[in-house]
Amino acid sequence: MLLFIEQLFNGLQLGVMLFLMSAGLTLVFGIMRVINLAHGSLYMMGAYIAATVVQHSGSFILALLTALAATALLGMLIEVIVLRRLYKRDHLDQVLATFGLILFFNELTRIVWGRQPLFMDVPGWLSETIEIIPGAPYPSYRLAIISVGILAAVFLYLMFTRTRLGMKIRAGAANREMVAALGVNITLLNTLIFGLGALLAALAGAMAGPILAVESGMGESILILTFVVIVIGGIGSIRGAFIGAILVGIVETLGKFALPLLLRLMLPPASADGTGASLASMSVYILMAAVLIWRPRGLFPAHD
Amino acid sequence: MRFIKNRRTLITGASFLFFLLLPLIASALGDAYLVTLFTRILIYALAAVSLDLILGYGGMNSLGHTAFFGTGAYVVGILAFHIQEETLFLSWPIELSGSSNAILVWLLAVLFSAFMSGLIGALSLRTTGIQFIMITLAFAQMLYYLFVSLEAYGGDDGISLWARNKLPIFDTADDTSFYYLCLGFLVIFVFLSYRLVHSHFGRVIRGAKQNLQRMQSLGFPIYRYQLVCFIIAGAGAGLAGALMANQSEFVSPGLLHWTHSGEMMIMVLLGGMGTLIGPILGATALLLLEEFLSVYTEHWMAFLGPFLIIVVLFAKRGLYGLLTGKEVNDE
Repeated sequence: MLLFIEQLFNGLQLGVMLFLMSAGLTLVFGIMRVINLAHGSLYMMGAYIAATVVQHSGSFILALLTALAATALLGMLIEVIVLRRLYKRDHLDQVLATFGLILFFNELTRIVWGRQPLFMDVPGWLSETIEIIPGAPYPSYRLAIISVGILAAVFLYLMFTRTRLGMKIRAGAANREMVAALGVNITLLNTLIFGLGALLAALAGAMAGPILAVESGMGESILILTFVVIVIGGIGSIRGAFIGAILVGIVETLGKFALPLLLRLMLPPASADGTGASLASMSVYILMAAVLIWRPRGLFPAHD
Repeated sequence: MRFIKNRRTLITGASFLFFLLLPLIASALGDAYLVTLFTRILIYALAAVSLDLILGYGGMNSLGHTAFFGTGAYVVGILAFHIQEETLFLSWPIELSGSSNAILVWLLAVLFSAFMSGLIGALSLRTTGIQFIMITLAFAQMLYYLFVSLEAYGGDDGISLWARNKLPIFDTADDTSFYYLCLGFLVIFVFLSYRLVHSHFGRVIRGAKQNLQRMQSLGFPIYRYQLVCFIIAGAGAGLAGALMANQSEFVSPGLLHWTHSGEMMIMVLLGGMGTLIGPILGATALLLLEEFLSVYTEHWMAFLGPFLIIVVLFAKRGLYGLLTGKEVNDE
């Protein structure tokens, strides 16, 4: 039971990461109608920059801030150089061009940082464990990730509903031409939104650094899970992204933990573990297929 | 007009002649590796042509085509594995052993890939546009993780084959014969695809790409047409996968990795979307480019990425369009 609660928290932590990724991606799609495969590369760059700064300065907070600022700038640069030219093109062109970006960034990290993965230490003041309920110690770093993710969700919610910028973004998603005609600088708005998405991706990447190995191509597995989240949540919807992300995070984590155990009740241990592992690796995709059959446009579709 | 028609025939004929004569060129140069390299090119060309059926003609932007390529390869791999281990593939409800009979194994590979593409296509085609891209990618990745988790079949490490599948009379172990076999399959598939896209069925599919609503309001059950097209493409990729498993005598989950789908898309785009010769030129160009760049630098991907972006932004018509000098899509 305690193990179960621990796994539930792990699922929540993965879900929060996925939310940070999918919020940026779903915004970029919702407003600019562009599919950006390179979103995972921004996550990776965030992790690499944070790991490097930690190694040189020893300060996790400094590393986090540097990674956020640098990746947001990088995102805006990418928007200005490549993405901007793709808004009017079809999705296939967007897929291919951003695939080109992935190839470039994966190789770039190999050139700059080498083939060996980097390891990032958990900051000292977060390396303790906390007993969430008596008898179940849980790493405080992971709790910190969950808190940061929830704070980010609240921040995004307030920004969208309560600020002028949020209003412009929502208006831009609803009708670009009209907003442009009313005198809003859509070009600048797009660049800013892209920067915001990059910042969120870097936040996820930098925080994932101490948990995962920082290596070339690390952005791709989370990118694909992010797509699953967006398909489940509905494209362009922040609320859908949040619920989808938590759902996917928990199903993915609990599936790996619980399915082999459940199958052991029915099958001999060896084949139960094998089948359980196979089923667990497919569980989120099966969830996605089920949602698709039930609601082809996702749980909370944002557009018509 | 007449001149253009001639140029097309010229390119098609010249490419065919080149592929036909390649083993002779290779032996004249004394470079046996060329035959192996070009066998791979032919196999990828087959996969790329099949992808172009849904991408260029059907307007279905699938980023999961390698799922069917990998499925075909794994059918070959798993059946060979059971022969090698002398175990049964299935002991219940009927006893089935592995096989190394090429006709049987390849047929099974094609059928099973078609079945998988039917399953994935039926779900994915419920959506369009951006969601379709994400969903096909996600399903392909699901199969990737499935094969990674199959410890019985080597998991991450995959399966090494001891020998190629056997055909009566024809010697598949000989590289040159295998090359011609692959060429034969490619020619047949291109011919069948040519007939397909110029048939009534093909016109409906191409119509749906241009204007889905109009085709629907004309009364065509577009979903079914698209699904059939998706299945045919999946079967083609499955055949290519089966050939690939035989060529390299090795299968691993790497074949299903999503970057592989991306590479197939690049081949189609580089060669010219919505044509049948284009993807062949694209596959040739991309694999030769990789081969060439990797001689000079291990970081060739850092050059391929920006190159790809430039092609997308400025050279949309691909090599075939460049060579024929006419808009590719209005055949």
